Amino acid sequence: MNDTLFMYPEYEVVRDADKCIACRVCERQCANEVHSYDPDLKKMFADSTKCVNCHRCVCLCPTHALKIVKSDDTYKINGNWNNQTINEVYRQAGTGGVLLSSMGTPKPYPVYWDKMLVNASQVTNPSIDPLREPMETAVYLGKKTAKLERDEKGKLKDTLPPQLKLSVPVMFSAMSYGSISYNAHESLARAAEELGIYYNTGEGGLHKDFYKYGKNTVVQVASGRFGVFKDYLETAAAIEIKMGQGAKPGIGGHLPGSKITDAVSTTRMIPKGVDAISPAPHHDIYSIEDLRQLVYSLKEATGYKKPVIVKIAAVHNCAAIASGIARSGADIIAIDGFRGGTGAAPTRIRDNVGIPIELALASVDTRLREEGIRDNVSVVAAGSVRSAADLVKAIALGADACYIGTAALLSLGCHLCRTCHQGKCNWGIATQVPELVKRLNPEVGYKRLVNLVTAWKHELQEMMGGMGINSVEALRGNRLMLRGIGLTDRELSVLGIRHAGE
Amino acid sequence: MKRIYAEEKWCLGCHLCEYECAYANSGIADMVKALKGKDIFPRIKVEDGDGVHFAVNCRHCSDPICVKSCIAGALSRDGDGMVLIDKDKCVGCYTCVMVCPYGAIMPAEGGKVAQKCMLCTDNQMNGEPNCVKHCPNRAIVFEDRG
Amino acid sequence: MLREGQQRIPSGCAISGVIDRSGKGMSGDVMIRSISVMHDRSNGLGGGFAGYGIYPDYRDFYAFHLFYDDTFAKSNTEEYLGRHFEIAYASEIQTRKIPEICDEPLIYRYFVSPLSRKLESSHLDEAEYVVRCVNKINTFVKGAYVFSSGKNMGIFKAVGFPEDVGRFYRLDEYSGYSWTCHGRYPTNTPGWWGGAHPFGLLDFSIVHNGEISSYDANRRYIEMFGYKCNLQTDTEVITYIFDYLVRRKKLTLEEAAHVVAPSFWSTISRKGEEEREQETLLRKMFSSLLVTGPFSVILGYTGGLMALGDRLKLRSTVVAEKGDKAYIASEESAIRVVEPELDKVWAPAGGEPVVFELYGGRK
Repeated sequence: MNDTLFMYPEYEVVRDADKCIACRVCERQCANEVHSYDPDLKKMFADSTKCVNCHRCVCLCPTHALKIVKSDDTYKINGNWNNQTINEVYRQAGTGGVLLSSMGTPKPYPVYWDKMLVNASQVTNPSIDPLREPMETAVYLGKKTAKLERDEKGKLKDTLPPQLKLSVPVMFSAMSYGSISYNAHESLARAAEELGIYYNTGEGGLHKDFYKYGKNTVVQVASGRFGVFKDYLETAAAIEIKMGQGAKPGIGGHLPGSKITDAVSTTRMIPKGVDAISPAPHHDIYSIEDLRQLVYSLKEATGYKKPVIVKIAAVHNCAAIASGIARSGADIIAIDGFRGGTGAAPTRIRDNVGIPIELALASVDTRLREEGIRDNVSVVAAGSVRSAADLVKAIALGADACYIGTAALLSLGCHLCRTCHQGKCNWGIATQVPELVKRLNPEVGYKRLVNLVTAWKHELQEMMGGMGINSVEALRGNRLMLRGIGLTDRELSVLGIRHAGE
Repeated sequence: MKRIYAEEKWCLGCHLCEYECAYANSGIADMVKALKGKDIFPRIKVEDGDGVHFAVNCRHCSDPICVKSCIAGALSRDGDGMVLIDKDKCVGCYTCVMVCPYGAIMPAEGGKVAQKCMLCTDNQMNGEPNCVKHCPNRAIVFEDRG
Repeated sequence: MLREGQQRIPSGCAISGVIDRSGKGMSGDVMIRSISVMHDRSNGLGGGFAGYGIYPDYRDFYAFHLFYDDTFAKSNTEEYLGRHFEIAYASEIQTRKIPEICDEPLIYRYFVSPLSRKLESSHLDEAEYVVRCVNKINTFVKGAYVFSSGKNMGIFKAVGFPEDVGRFYRLDEYSGYSWTCHGRYPTNTPGWWGGAHPFGLLDFSIVHNGEISSYDANRRYIEMFGYKCNLQTDTEVITYIFDYLVRRKKLTLEEAAHVVAPSFWSTISRKGEEEREQETLLRKMFSSLLVTGPFSVILGYTGGLMALGDRLKLRSTVVAEKGDKAYIASEESAIRVVEPELDKVWAPAGGEPVVFELYGGRK
C-alpha cells in the first residue's frame, strides 16, 4: 500500500458548462491550481483533490458558473468513525505527523451566545431611539482603582493609571505579520485608526511602515519574544503579554517557514525560511509571581504610560488564574475562548483543549466581583465573537470590550477554508506570496473593516436602545438583560443568568 | 475629466476586465449569451509579464495623436476631453491603431473598423465603466485627477 | 407569590419633597396634602415618608425603625441590638387605626448608639459599624427588617396609598425641617411593607420614580463593596450608590450626581477645561455606577434635599421656591396644592442636580 492513500476530496468543484465562458479567471486566481483550460476542447476542467474550498473562484466567476459542494462519496456510514476521523488516521499513517489546522474549531460544540436572549423595555420603562437620542458606545479600558485625591483647590486629581479609549467596545485581536500579510495588517491598522479603536500586532513584531499607527496599536510580547525591542514597546498604545491563545492553549505560536520571507524575518528578528515555533510557556514565567515581574518590567520600560494586557486562553480554572492576574499589576485581562481562530495549530489541541468564552467570561467576571477586585482590571472577551449580538451578550455577561479576529478576516474576504497554515491564501490574507498578498488591496480592506465595525456599532446601539440603556457602561455586567434558552440549571448558574420565562 | 486609471500595484492579472468590457459592449443583456463560445474583442487589455500585470485602455490624451492622424474625421475629442470614435465615419485604415503609443485602439470584431474605450458612454452601461465596477481589487479606478 | 427581594418588581411612582431652609419645623401634614394630589400615580401598594429633624430629643442616637413579622423576630433582633448597641429608648411606633391600612406588622422604634468596646474592636468607623449591623439584621434575622437608621430622622412606610400611610403613622403630629414622600405603583402585589419607599441607609433616604435599565450593572458593581441588595429595588441600589460615593469615597453631592447621571461625552467635550477634566475623570473612575433608564429621585440627608433626574429626563421633576421653603415634586400640582403662590418654579434639565440646604450648609 502506498504512503499516500487516495482519499476522495471532501468538496467538489461543480461547473455549470452552460454558463462557463472559459474566461479562465478561475484558473488564474487559484493558487492551488485546481482549474485548467484545454485549448483543444476549449473547455475548463477542475481537479477537486486540490481544492481547499476557499470560494475565490466562485466569487470571481463573472457568470456564476461555479459552486463547491460537499462530496457525497462516503465510507460505510458509521456513527463513531465518520469520514473525517477515518481520513485523519489514513493521513497520519502515511506521514507520521501531527495534524495541523487553522482558524477556530469547526466541531459542533455548544455556542452559548445562541442560547442567550436579550431583553427589551416594555411599558414600565421606555426604549430609547438611537436615531433620535445620544447612544454612547465609548469605553475606557484600564484599572479603575485609583485613590481619590484632591488638589489644594479641592479639585479631583487625575490619579487613574493609563487607560485605552475605545469609541466602540471592539478591538481587532492579535494576528501577527507573518501569519497574515502586510496588506492585511495595513488594513487592520488603518481601520483601527479611523474607528478610534485598536488592532494587535500578535507575536510577529511591528513592520517599520506601521509605526505611524502606533497610537492605535497594541503590541504583543509572547513567549518567543519575536520582534520585541525598545521602539516596538514605545510606539504602542498598550502592551499585551500573550500567555495563551484560545485555539491552542498550552502551546506557543507556530509560523511555518514558508511564510517567513525577508520582511517577516526582519520584523520578527528571526531567520528566514525556518519554522518559527514559540516556546509553550514563557520561560521566564513559571508562576504568577513571575508574571508580575514581567508586567512591571514592561511598565518600567515604558515609564508607566501604557496599560499592560495579559491574554490567557480560556481553560478550566481561568477564574482563579484571572484573579491572580488581577493582582499582578496588569491593567486588562483578555480571555480567549476555545473557538478562537489561529493561523496554525495542532488539530487535536484546537478541537479538544480549553472551554467556551461565554462560560469563561461569566466565571471570571463573577469571581473578580466576589473578590471585590473587578475594578483592578478591564476584561476583554475573545474567541468567536461573531456579531453585534454576541458583542451585546458578552458585555452583558461582564466584558468591557471584545476582540474580534475571525470576523475581521471574513470582512477582508476570508472564507474560512481553514488552510492558513499552507500559506497559499487565495484572498491575500494568510499568505506571504507577493502575487497573492497583492490580492488584498488595503484601500478596499480597511473600508470593509470600518464598515463592519460601524455596522456592529449601529446594531449595538439599537439593542441597547431597546433595553432602555443609553450608555454601554450600563450594559456591562447587566446580566438581568439576559435569559438562557434550553440551558441546564448548571449552565445557567455558571453564566449567572435566569432561564427565559423566569 | 474622469478617466480610467490602472493601478499596477493592485492588478492581479485575472483578466476579468477584458470579459466585462466585451460583455458591456456586446449589446446583449446576458453575459453568457454574449460571450459563450465566442472570441472576445475587449477595448481594455491586461498586459502580463514577469509578475507584473496592468490593464491598458484609452488614456484620453489631452493632445491625442490618434485624432490628428485620422484620415476620415472619425476620431474627435469632445468638450470634456474624451476621445470619441464614430464607427460610421471610420474607414478602417488603422492609422490610429498604429500611432497610438499605448496600443489602446484596436480593430473591432469583423475587422472593418477600429474601436476604443469610450468609458462605457456608448453602451448599455450608461457611463459607468464596467471594467472598473467589476475589478475585484480596485486595480482599475475611474477618477478625476485633473 | 414571591415577596420583594425574592424577585425584581418594576414600579412607577409619585414623589414629593419640601425643606424649610431656615430650619423651622413643619408638620408632616404638608407632605400628606402634597402627595394626595398625585393619587393616580400610586396604586395603593406602597407609600411612605421621610422626615428630618423629627427627633430633636434623641438627636445623637441612631433612630432604628423596624418591621417584625412576629414576636420571635422581635426578640431575636432585640437580643442582637443589645449585643451591639446601647439602647436609649425603645417603643412601639404609635399608629392610628384606619380601615385603609391593614395587615400591619409589628412596628418598633429604637434610639441606639454603638457599644464603644464593640465599635473599637470592629476597627470600623461608627457609620460603617451601624451600616453593617443593619445589613446583618436585614439579611440574617428572619422576619425582621430595619427600614430607617439615621440620626434625627425617620422613615415611615406601609402598603397603601401614601396619604393613608401618612395618616396611619400620625405624621401630622411630627415636626421636621424637611420631608420627602413617595407613592408607589408596583406591577404586582407583594404586600410587604418593607418593599415600600423611601429606602434609607443612615441619614440618607431616597424616593425614586422610574425604572432603571442599568440595575444589574449597578447592583453587581456596588455589591463588591459590602452592600447587599436584598430588596432588588432601584431605590435601594441608588441609595447604596450615593452612600458609597458620598460617605465612603468622599465625593460631593454634585460630583456624585455627575457619576450617577453624567453628561453625555459629546456634552462633556464642549465644556470648559476644568469641568471637562473633572467630569471625564468621574465617568472613567465610576463608569459602572452610571444609571440609565428613567429615574427622578429626591435624596434626603441631614440638612438638605437633592433632586436628580436621568440624563434624558425620562421622568418629570419640578422644583420651586417660596421664601425659605423649597419644593421638589413629580408634578407641579403637588407643590401648588400646599403653596399656591411661588417665587420661582422650574423644571431642572436631565442630569442636572438641584440641591436645597439649610442656611449654613449641611449639618
